[in-house]
Amino acid sequence: MIRFTEDHEWVRVEGDVATVGITDYAQGQLGDIVFVELPAVGRSLKKGEEAGVVESVKAASEVYAPVSGEVVEVNATLETAPETVNSAAEGDGWFARVKLSDTSELDAMMDEAAYKAFVDSL
Amino acid sequence: MASTSSDNLQRTPLFALHQELGGRIVPFAGYEMPVQYEGILAEHNWTRENAGLFDVSHMGQRGLVGPDHETTAAALEALTPGDFKGLGLGRIRYTLLLTDAGTIIDDLMVTRPLDPAEAGRLFLIVNAARKAEDDARIASNLPAGVVYEKYEDRALLALQGPKAVDAFARHCPAAAGLGFMTATVADFDGIPVCVSRSGYTGEDGFEISVPAELAERVARALLAEPEVRPIGLGARDSLRLEAGLCLYGHDIDETTTPVEADLGFALSKRRREEGGFPGAAIVQGQLAGGTARRRVGIKPEGRAPARDGTAITDKAGNPIGTVTSGGFGPTVGGPIAMGYVATAFAEPGSAVDLVVRGKPLPATVVAMPFVTQRYYRKPKASAASS
Repeated sequence: MIRFTEDHEWVRVEGDVATVGITDYAQGQLGDIVFVELPAVGRSLKKGEEAGVVESVKAASEVYAPVSGEVVEVNATLETAPETVNSAAEGDGWFARVKLSDTSELDAMMDEAAYKAFVDSL
Repeated sequence: MASTSSDNLQRTPLFALHQELGGRIVPFAGYEMPVQYEGILAEHNWTRENAGLFDVSHMGQRGLVGPDHETTAAALEALTPGDFKGLGLGRIRYTLLLTDAGTIIDDLMVTRPLDPAEAGRLFLIVNAARKAEDDARIASNLPAGVVYEKYEDRALLALQGPKAVDAFARHCPAAAGLGFMTATVADFDGIPVCVSRSGYTGEDGFEISVPAELAERVARALLAEPEVRPIGLGARDSLRLEAGLCLYGHDIDETTTPVEADLGFALSKRRREEGGFPGAAIVQGQLAGGTARRRVGIKPEGRAPARDGTAITDKAGNPIGTVTSGGFGPTVGGPIAMGYVATAFAEPGSAVDLVVRGKPLPATVVAMPFVTQRYYRKPKASAASS
């Protein structure tokens, strides 16, 4: 199951663990990504709080936690190859895996069709 | 993503071309300008290796017109610390418009026309965001007989990069003979243009002033050359930062003096001694006695960029300054910055911290430019006699 937020993040859920990242639309808007700051493994995230930063050549953008839960893994590739977010935002450019503390948060998010319609409306 | 307002924004004569080329348009200094086409990194690297075409028509083209060179140069010298009486025919000089406190109203390029028939004229290129301040300052401080002119019906293009001369000379052979910081009027495919060998990237290249209605013809002719691609403001900023060049409103403004900004090269020898420019006593005092802070280059360790406004501290966490420009240097391959630090930390090699998102990131004060400038120096005509 994959869900999307209006902040252009995606959440792919397998069991009670969600893999999160920013969408292909978001990376296209940001442009060349040169640095990604990820949350520490073990950190307990609250939905909506600042969880990381994506820096393009031009500017820094905060990344907000799309779901609540404990960070169980982060994508170490992004430390040395942040451009992976440009080339594969919704695949190898994932940010973190989060053990969900409240799966009901997913109910309010958009599915793929709804997110596509949302992006088309921008 | 922040929404942008297009209220009261102006467009340059090349706006339609930017759209046709797929430029991403953003508001900048009161204009709708392309920030990028294919991407900032690709455009930056293309300019360093080939030639990039920039629309800089938002900048102000101005002129001072007096009865003879001596009179016009004296009028400009009353407002700036540059030596314009001694500026040769066809030569360009970077200078600073100063407040009475010796701080910087704007930085600008001044050209003395090559043609002796134009004696008494000086042409100025000023920053887009400072036109109103410049116009007010200059127009209200001119002696009788010297007139201030605005050339609103002209576009300005920049062609920058190591292959700029190859592409440009196919249309404007005369330009290949120009040395760095010289200018002439020349023929570009039958169009009369004012061309100067100068720029804002640290590379060889040209700036071309052309009547607005002919700008698109010049731009399309250059874009048809295999060496040339269109470049947006994003890469213009990363290129100039690597070259160590100041951006007005960030690295210099009405709170900074030329000495603090380490722009001593804009204070000519004669003017340092004679004074006679706004704030001269203050600037001369700083030249003799030093300043409390100075603009420096900063190389952050690691990969995190430190942006404009980042606090700089010593290794004990005491504030010593602020970053004024910072980002990622594509040619450097990592983050770079410039900013002001307390003079005790201004020597290259000084270890400092940059406070990024609450955390101190180690960084080192370094000499600028970050990327070696590759301006075209004309060979001396008779080296044996020099």
